Amino acid sequence: MPHIVTDNCQRCRFTECVDHCPVQCFHADDEQLYINPDVCVDCGACIPVCPVQAIYDVVDMPDDKKPWVAVNKERASMLPIISTKQDPLPTAKARQAELGF
Amino acid sequence: MSGKDASRQTLQIAIVGSGPSGFYAAEALLRSDRDVRIDMIERLPTPYGLVRSGVAPDHPKLKQAIAVYDGIARDESFSFFGNVTAGRDVSIAELQRTHHAVLLACGAHEDRTLAIPGSGLAGSHSATEFVGWYNGHPDFRHRTFDLSHEVAVIIGQGNVAADVCRILAKPVDGLRDSDIAEHALEVLAESKVKEIHVIGRRGPAHAKFTAKELRELAGISDVTAHAKPEECVLNEESRLELEGRANFNAVKNLEMFGAFARQVETRGQRRIWFRFCLSPAALVGRDRLEAISFVRNRLEGPPFSQKASATDQTETISCGLVLRSIGYRGVPLDGVPFDGLLGVVPNVAGRVVYGEKPMRGLYVTGWLKRGPTGIIGTNRADSIETVENLLGDASEEEVKSGADALLPLLEARRVRWVSFAEWLKIDAAEIERGKDKGKPREKFTRIDEMLNVLE
Repeated sequence: MPHIVTDNCQRCRFTECVDHCPVQCFHADDEQLYINPDVCVDCGACIPVCPVQAIYDVVDMPDDKKPWVAVNKERASMLPIISTKQDPLPTAKARQAELGF
Repeated sequence: MSGKDASRQTLQIAIVGSGPSGFYAAEALLRSDRDVRIDMIERLPTPYGLVRSGVAPDHPKLKQAIAVYDGIARDESFSFFGNVTAGRDVSIAELQRTHHAVLLACGAHEDRTLAIPGSGLAGSHSATEFVGWYNGHPDFRHRTFDLSHEVAVIIGQGNVAADVCRILAKPVDGLRDSDIAEHALEVLAESKVKEIHVIGRRGPAHAKFTAKELRELAGISDVTAHAKPEECVLNEESRLELEGRANFNAVKNLEMFGAFARQVETRGQRRIWFRFCLSPAALVGRDRLEAISFVRNRLEGPPFSQKASATDQTETISCGLVLRSIGYRGVPLDGVPFDGLLGVVPNVAGRVVYGEKPMRGLYVTGWLKRGPTGIIGTNRADSIETVENLLGDASEEEVKSGADALLPLLEARRVRWVSFAEWLKIDAAEIERGKDKGKPREKFTRIDEMLNVLE
């Protein structure tokens, strides 16, 4: 089962995950990142490095996050690959605190 | 690579080792805005390190990382020198003369041993040997593993332990369409192993398995996973550890161990027992391993730094095979500092240091840098860090000849080096050999077989 980026990434975009991905499966817009499920090898390296736990293995995903499976597939197919870490969004620290991390 | 400054000399970089950390270092170098040439030196004729010889044959998806490395290797600024042993065919000091920087990425392939009586008995092996054997690594093809006893013991609870446990537990038909070495498939098909004990020195909250690996083990068809209820009871310190949000993997593991402990019925051919707070005290047997005596541990210390401390209780498990997976060490290289305690090359963020002093032009990445932790992708972030520092230090002012100076050295020493184009021929031949067996490839397990393809 693929891995999925969820809404915790919004207003954060820490992008730590990107440097840890062995196969460059992350795509990005200005809001957040998305995983291309056809490229992801399900290694899970991205999960523990996300400061806001935005990434799930589909198997472990709460039901309310399930819509993100389709969103990741669709958005990844139309956005460029992000292959190295970038600076987080200016709102990242505040958002991280708001999410309780 | 375009847009690079043509007025500067080309930076000549030698990378020793062709596993994930070496390839991700190459990727980061090639992505930089500097004019870089990379010579990657590998001991075997085949590239990709543990992705080829470590990743379990029934995890083909993880091996898709190879497509990324293949793309890196095809860059015109990259050369592969397979079948060249750094430290024997060419010294690190020589590479430092021919290249601006030498980046060590040769991993940690020596296993930690058990310093207990009987550890040399037949039937006692490192998990590394077993992994290398079933993955067709030339160093391990001749090893023999006696699977005629019903009980096998695995010491350690990390992902390597999970891999070897799964290979022992899985019905062999589930491996036939993988790239597992033929010799291993034959032995596994005759396996009498029915019970596998996977032993941790600390408690269930400290098992290092990723929840994913553990779930996979429990889900093998024809296998039941068990744990002892009394060993799954947490002390106060462990409970506090699990409250940390960063510890969600351990929480998931614990849910599964709890379910195993409630599992009373045994169905299927094989059983896996997850055992905790036990340390091997002696391997027992006359001519070969017959049993292991364990001492029970008690956890001591504050949350997040609890240590296993021996009690006077003991337990003996009769078994015919033990695989230890209790950590790995790098191997010292001539002319390179080495931390014998940690088994790594001492470094600060990838800059090799001797005492406090950075050694000019010498860098390290991957397991040899940080120790044997993390998974494939962890090495990408690690190598990005090392390369950032390497490029920060590197000066193009000095002219280095790189491969133009390396090649005459190898030729004078009659080293039969293997280029990337030649590896692709070996690769194609392996894939061809696998076809009639329905396998993605049948690996060559001897270096002379690989070289014969090129004649």
